[in-house]
Amino acid sequence: MSERKDYTNGPLCLSGRNLTRVFGTGAKQNVAVDHVNFDFHEGEFVSIVGESGSGKTTLSKMLLGLLNISEGEILYQGKPRDISNRKKLNEYWKGIQPIFQDPFSSYNIFHKIDAVLLDCIAMRGGKHLPYEKKVEMMTEACSFVNLKFAELTNKYPFELSGGQMQRLMIARIFLLKPKILLADEPTSMVDACSRATILDMLLNLRDETGMTIIFITHDIGLAYYISDTIYIMEHGKFVESGKADEVILNPQAAYTKRLISDVPKIHEEWDLSTVEMNNTL
Amino acid sequence: MKNTIKQLFHSSKFVIGFVIFVAILLTIIIYPLVSPGNPLEMVGVGTFARPGTYVSLYDAVTTEKDTFKFSDADEKRLANAISDSDREAMLALFDAAAMDYSSIDVNDSNALIEFWDANYQTAMDTAKLKKSQKRDLRLLDSRIQALKAGETFKVVEEVDGETVEISTITKTDYVNTNKVINVRNLPLGTDNFGRDTLRELIAAAGVSLRIGLIAGIIATFVGLLLGLLAGYLGGVVDNIITFFTNVLSVIPSIVLLILINYSISQELRGPTLCALIIGATSWTWTTRSVRSQVISLRNRDHVNLSKLSGHSLMRIILTDILPYIASYVVMAFILQVSSGILAEAQLSMLGLGPKTTTTPTLGLMMNWATLYSAHTTGRWWAYFPVILTITFITFSLNFMNTGMDQVFNPALRD
Amino acid sequence: MGKVILEVKNLKTKYITRFHEDVYSVDGVSLKIEEGKSLGIAGESGCGKSTLALSMMGYYFPPLHYTSGDIIIDGVNISGMDPDKVRTTILGSEIAYIPQAAMNALNPTMKIIRFIEDVIHAHDKSVSKQEIRSRAEAYFKEVGLPPEVLDRHAVELSGGMKQRTVIAVSTILSPKVLIADEPSSALDVTSQKMVIKMMKDLMKNGHIRAMMFITHELPLLYNVTDDIAVMYAGQLVEYGSAHEMVFDPIHPYSHGLMGSILVPEEGTRGANLTAIPGTPPNLKKPPVGCRFAERCKYAKPQCFYTAPAERMFGENGTRMYRCLMDEEELREVYANE
Repeated sequence: MSERKDYTNGPLCLSGRNLTRVFGTGAKQNVAVDHVNFDFHEGEFVSIVGESGSGKTTLSKMLLGLLNISEGEILYQGKPRDISNRKKLNEYWKGIQPIFQDPFSSYNIFHKIDAVLLDCIAMRGGKHLPYEKKVEMMTEACSFVNLKFAELTNKYPFELSGGQMQRLMIARIFLLKPKILLADEPTSMVDACSRATILDMLLNLRDETGMTIIFITHDIGLAYYISDTIYIMEHGKFVESGKADEVILNPQAAYTKRLISDVPKIHEEWDLSTVEMNNTL
Repeated sequence: MKNTIKQLFHSSKFVIGFVIFVAILLTIIIYPLVSPGNPLEMVGVGTFARPGTYVSLYDAVTTEKDTFKFSDADEKRLANAISDSDREAMLALFDAAAMDYSSIDVNDSNALIEFWDANYQTAMDTAKLKKSQKRDLRLLDSRIQALKAGETFKVVEEVDGETVEISTITKTDYVNTNKVINVRNLPLGTDNFGRDTLRELIAAAGVSLRIGLIAGIIATFVGLLLGLLAGYLGGVVDNIITFFTNVLSVIPSIVLLILINYSISQELRGPTLCALIIGATSWTWTTRSVRSQVISLRNRDHVNLSKLSGHSLMRIILTDILPYIASYVVMAFILQVSSGILAEAQLSMLGLGPKTTTTPTLGLMMNWATLYSAHTTGRWWAYFPVILTITFITFSLNFMNTGMDQVFNPALRD
Repeated sequence: MGKVILEVKNLKTKYITRFHEDVYSVDGVSLKIEEGKSLGIAGESGCGKSTLALSMMGYYFPPLHYTSGDIIIDGVNISGMDPDKVRTTILGSEIAYIPQAAMNALNPTMKIIRFIEDVIHAHDKSVSKQEIRSRAEAYFKEVGLPPEVLDRHAVELSGGMKQRTVIAVSTILSPKVLIADEPSSALDVTSQKMVIKMMKDLMKNGHIRAMMFITHELPLLYNVTDDIAVMYAGQLVEYGSAHEMVFDPIHPYSHGLMGSILVPEEGTRGANLTAIPGTPPNLKKPPVGCRFAERCKYAKPQCFYTAPAERMFGENGTRMYRCLMDEEELREVYANE
């Protein structure tokens, strides 16, 4: 595991140029994402780290094409992203897929598990494959995430635990094979024991399919463990970015330094004596 | 789905409401089959016949007789024969003769008559009374004596100008009501027009329920459609729909109903039109609540995922939104039915309901009862069963709704 | 060895669901906290951490019900006490509890001073408002909160400030024990640090004499508390000092938990994370044998039908673990991985 292939020099997959999103107008105007630039490469594992309110969820929705861009542009595979009509949008969505934070709200509770997976096969153009072939594909996807498809066929997603539901989401991505996976805090509602399993599955997924994974998180320790590149986000801006080792072990921006020093650690002392109480009302 | 229904029947509130509602529904369906007839037929001449069993006197005299000697028959007859004014006259006589009747219970007719027999003559002799009074008392005495002796009635028939005696009725003669050709049971008597109140009530409950149902379907359908559009599409569509909804919901719907119904002539107002009008004025709160539910659903991740899977708007609404709010919509529908029935009753009480001549509704029955002052003259059977029926229908619907709320609403689960 | 402030002996409580099923959520927990010490409770969600906190107050409301066991605060057993007496004489003044998401449960129409009045009046109705205000001002100054907060509504305060205010309100009667359930999980890391500093200062200044801290974040627990207990399926499976627990866990479950710690330090990237497959057992019917057996990599056949007892070990026998396997055997297994 410690020897990871370097993906940070591959061809460009997704880039942002002066990407901005403004909510509201006039006095209530709120710039959630403020002229950010980035280059994500094919197969790269990127983490976007920020605290709540930093604009990381807004950015992820813009990347997914669920939210309009106020200013700037997104380049997809080197070309400006065109999602001007329904058909082009559907085409773009074949290239980028998400895993959301809350597994319990990610499933339609009225659909069975095999319906979820069959839907993915249909989306990849396999709607008219013989049923045996579909079962084979679903079984393969489930075994990739250590689930047994045969036991799941007639179950509903809510009969699974949170960790299993997130793994089923990875199985979904495995079937869809998009170019980019946008994972928005996929482990924050999952227990520590299942978290390790999910993280390692994401790494395997990247190694096996070469997809770019954009991992959005507030947990800087988690980002350090998993990613090749880390972007630190504060108030809608990227304050620092670079290879994981550089950003974490040798942070340059004041915000990054503070963030790293404020997180409790186990080998270094967590210094409480310097804490200044912020008492502004 | 199967599970949810099973859970519903674990809720005692739902079960109580459901049982009452089904009982009412079955009565509405079965009663006309068992006892067919026009509910608005004026069977009685005169108004407000008391509830009870009516035996045709005409048929009874020609019915085959049986003889019974019930020991208490005379007593009952005598007791019934002495009216309160007779009793007063008898006591007045004893008072005038200065007789002490404190040894007997004056309310016990038999004891009184015994005392009367023993003392009548003396009292008449000693008491100083006017002639007319004495005559009345003598008549009273002869009536009592006749009753005691057991006078008979002769039934005669005129054939070719001659009177032919066909039978004699004595006090031991009885007829079996099963043998009498015409016996009518009017459990709730008749109303002001002489119509069988029970039959009318059951027909009215059916019509009112239909009005509620049509109003509920319209209100729920319009509310659901507008709520879905406003909630899911958002933006301008949402603004327009919300604007209209808000404008409509600040005007009290009863005022709207009165104005609309007043502007339509009574001849045109049938139950269906009334239901349409009630439905068209009560969709606003369904719209508002469906809209807010859809807005919270729209931001759920499974809807986003469905979008990203390239599903069409129609499919997202039908498979990812509707099932989630279905239970809520059913609950709203039930409440709309119940409020539709109440709205009809309100309108009819004001005389603005369906036209009065062709179909009965619960509201119209109340209206008639009030117009003919049944409530001030103690004719309870003309209005009380109607109130009870409205109460039971709305109560059962609301109870079902509360039970469903307990099952579907996670916040209320204990 | 210091004076024991809080002692829990074989505490058992259960939830009764609306289908009248019993859920044995705290099933025989024994622990001790000495004067000036803090104890952390770690474990997955659904293993009974929060229920344990609720059960320790001696005040139960449905669906939670008391079954058996003792809760002794500074020598006084509160487990058999009348609920009303517990409410007026124990809660707040002997033991204070900060529930999960407490800061978002403050009534938005009330000023902070009103909460303090409520807390004090629940114990002593005779205190005047004037006196309460001067007491509250002095206390807020001492714990590092501006006294102006008293005249604010909860919604006007930032998240970190709100949580510190909640802690100040809960501890105004100087309770002997403070139980805090995830007090900082909803905050950003900077506010979290302030909240922790405040709690540690409360201990240092003697406003509270013992603390129980519940969180699923192990690095935080390691830095905040003196001792850590790991809870699994309603029981404690291991406890020891924070350092021992993080660097030398013995129970397979603690071993797995500690092996999944992620911190921004050298060595984290590319580390081998331990994963524990499966989910905790259903506590309506707890397993007969070891409750962890089903998920345990090292489980032997007897683990499934013999329930392990608590076993003391370590220097002076101050550590406990609940497993059928011997200490040496487990160490050997871990070393060979």
